[in-house]
Amino acid sequence: MSSHLRTPRPALTEPRAVRVALMTVAMAFVGLFLVVPFVFIFVEAFRNGAQAYVEAIKAPEAVAAIWLTLVVAVLCVPANAVFGIAAAWAITRFDFRGKRLLTTLIDLPFAVSPVVAGLIFVQLFGRQGWFGPWLFDHDIKIIFAVPGIVLATIFVSFPFVARELIAVMEASGREEEEAASLLGANGWQMFRRVTLPNVKWALLSGIILCSARAMGEFGAVSVVSGRIRGETTTMPIQVEILYNEYAYQASFALASLLALVAVATLVMQAIVEHRGEHRGQSVAATASAAPTGAESPL
Amino acid sequence: MTTRATRRSALPGFRITMAFTLLYIAVIVLVPLLTLPIKSFSQGAAFFWDTVRDPRVIASYRLTLVASFAAACVNGVFGFIVAWVLVRYDFPGRRIVDSIIDLPFALPTAVAGITLTSLYAPTGWFGQYLEPFGIQAVFSPLGITIALIFIGLPFVVRTLQPVIADLDVELEEVATSLGANRRQVIFRVILPYLYPAWLIGFGMAFARAIGEYGSVVFIAGNMPMKTEIASLLIITKLTQYDYAGAAAIAFVLLLLSFALLLVLNALQGWSARRLGY
Repeated sequence: MSSHLRTPRPALTEPRAVRVALMTVAMAFVGLFLVVPFVFIFVEAFRNGAQAYVEAIKAPEAVAAIWLTLVVAVLCVPANAVFGIAAAWAITRFDFRGKRLLTTLIDLPFAVSPVVAGLIFVQLFGRQGWFGPWLFDHDIKIIFAVPGIVLATIFVSFPFVARELIAVMEASGREEEEAASLLGANGWQMFRRVTLPNVKWALLSGIILCSARAMGEFGAVSVVSGRIRGETTTMPIQVEILYNEYAYQASFALASLLALVAVATLVMQAIVEHRGEHRGQSVAATASAAPTGAESPL
Repeated sequence: MTTRATRRSALPGFRITMAFTLLYIAVIVLVPLLTLPIKSFSQGAAFFWDTVRDPRVIASYRLTLVASFAAACVNGVFGFIVAWVLVRYDFPGRRIVDSIIDLPFALPTAVAGITLTSLYAPTGWFGQYLEPFGIQAVFSPLGITIALIFIGLPFVVRTLQPVIADLDVELEEVATSLGANRRQVIFRVILPYLYPAWLIGFGMAFARAIGEYGSVVFIAGNMPMKTEIASLLIITKLTQYDYAGAAAIAFVLLLLSFALLLVLNALQGWSARRLGY
C-alpha cells in the first residue's frame, strides 16, 4: 500500500489513445483478477439468502473454527511482536559481527513454502519425529493439536513485526535514545518515552500484517492440523472441508468472514501508513528506500 | 557482513535482546528447518536420489517451475502496465484501485483457491465463456497458472511503483529537449532505469509461486504426472506416512527457494548500485 501517486505532467506523457488503452488494459486486468473474485465470494455466500448465511456462520463447527482462529492469533501475534521489538533493538542499536546474516535469517520464513513450514514441525513433534516418542510417553499432543497449529503459525507470521521495526528504527537512528540515556533515563523509560512513540505506527503496521497472516494461514496449518472437527479446524481449514463436501454456500459464508478480515487489514494498513507519514515515519520504509521490493509478502 | 568488532554503545539492553532474538530464531526457525536435510538423508543418500528422481516427482517440479514462470511472465507484463498507470495517470478511483492491489497479500490463500476454482469451473462466471472454445481452466496447468497470477501480481506492482515514482522527470525532459520522441524516451531512458526493479518484482512473484499451496490445491485437480505441484506431492507423501520421501521433496524445494533468494539479493545489490543508493 504505497501512495506514490502524483499528478502527471501532460507534456511528458504518451498520446491520449495510448493512455486510454493502457488504462483500459490495467483496469480490465485488475477487474478480472482481483475485483470479480472478491465480489464473487459474497455473491456465493448469500446465494441462499441472508438466513442461510447466518445459519452457516452459527453452525457449531463454524463457531469452533472462528474461536480457534482467534485463539491462535492471540497466541502468535504477541509472541512475534515481542520478538520483533527485541530483534529490532539488537540489530539497529548495536554493531556486531554477522548482522547481515541475522537479518537474512529473520526473512527466511518468507522463502519457505507453507507446506514445508508445517512439515518441519511434524518432523520434530510428530509420532515419528525427533521428540515424538518422548511426547507420546508423556501423553503430550503437539501435532494434530492446537500447539502444533500455533507453532506453524508463529513460523509463517514470524518476520512481519521485525521487518517493519528494523526498517523504521534503522532510518530514525540512535541519537534520541542516546540523549535520553545521557539524561539519566533507565532502559524501560527510554523505551517507553522515546522509542515506542517513534515506532508505534510501524509496530502497529507489523501487528496488523502478522494478525492477518496468522488468521489466514492455510498450507502450514493444513499439515499439522489433522482436521479433527470442532477441535483442530481453523477457519481456512473449515472452508476447505466444507468446500470438499460440496457445501459451497456454507464454505463461502465462512470465507466471506476471512475476506472481510482482509479488507479490514487493507483499510487499517492504509490508515496506519497515512498517520505514520504525517508523523514523519515511513511505515513502508522498505519500499521507499532502495527498490528492495514489495513490502511484506503475506 | 559487518567486519567491525562489537563497539561499545551508550545504549542498554544488548545482551538480553540479542539473547532472546537468537533463542527465538533457533527454536522457531533454525532447529525445525534443520530437520529437513537430516530427515531427507535418514534412509541413505540412495533413497534420497531415488525419491527426487522419481518420474512423478520430476513431473511435479517441472509443472511447478513452468506454471510459476508463466504466471510471473504474465504478471511482469500486466503488473508493469498497472504500476505505470497507477503512478503516471490520473483517473477517478485511482486510490481505490491502488489499495485493491494488495488484496492477494491479505486474502487467505484457501479463500482465493475456492473462489478461483468456482469462477473458472465449466459452469462458473468465467468458465462458461471458455468452455465453448474447448479451453478447460479448472484441473489443468492453465488453472494453476491463473491461481499463481493472482497471488503474484502485488509483488511486481509494489516493486515497480516506488521506482517509477522516483524516476526523475527531468531525465525525460532532457531527452525530449534533445530531440528524442516518446518511443525513444521510453526504450532508451525509462525502461533501462526500471529494468532492475522489474526483474526483482518478477523474481519475487516467481519465488512466491514455487512454494504456493492454498490457492493452487483446489484448482489443480491434483492428477499425478499432470496437475500435481511439488508442495501437494509433499502432502501426499505425508498422508502415506513416507516422511523421508516428503522431507526429500521439501528439501529440494527449499534449496530452490534459497537459490532464488540469493539471486534476488544479488539483483537488489546490483540495482541499488545502479541507482546510486
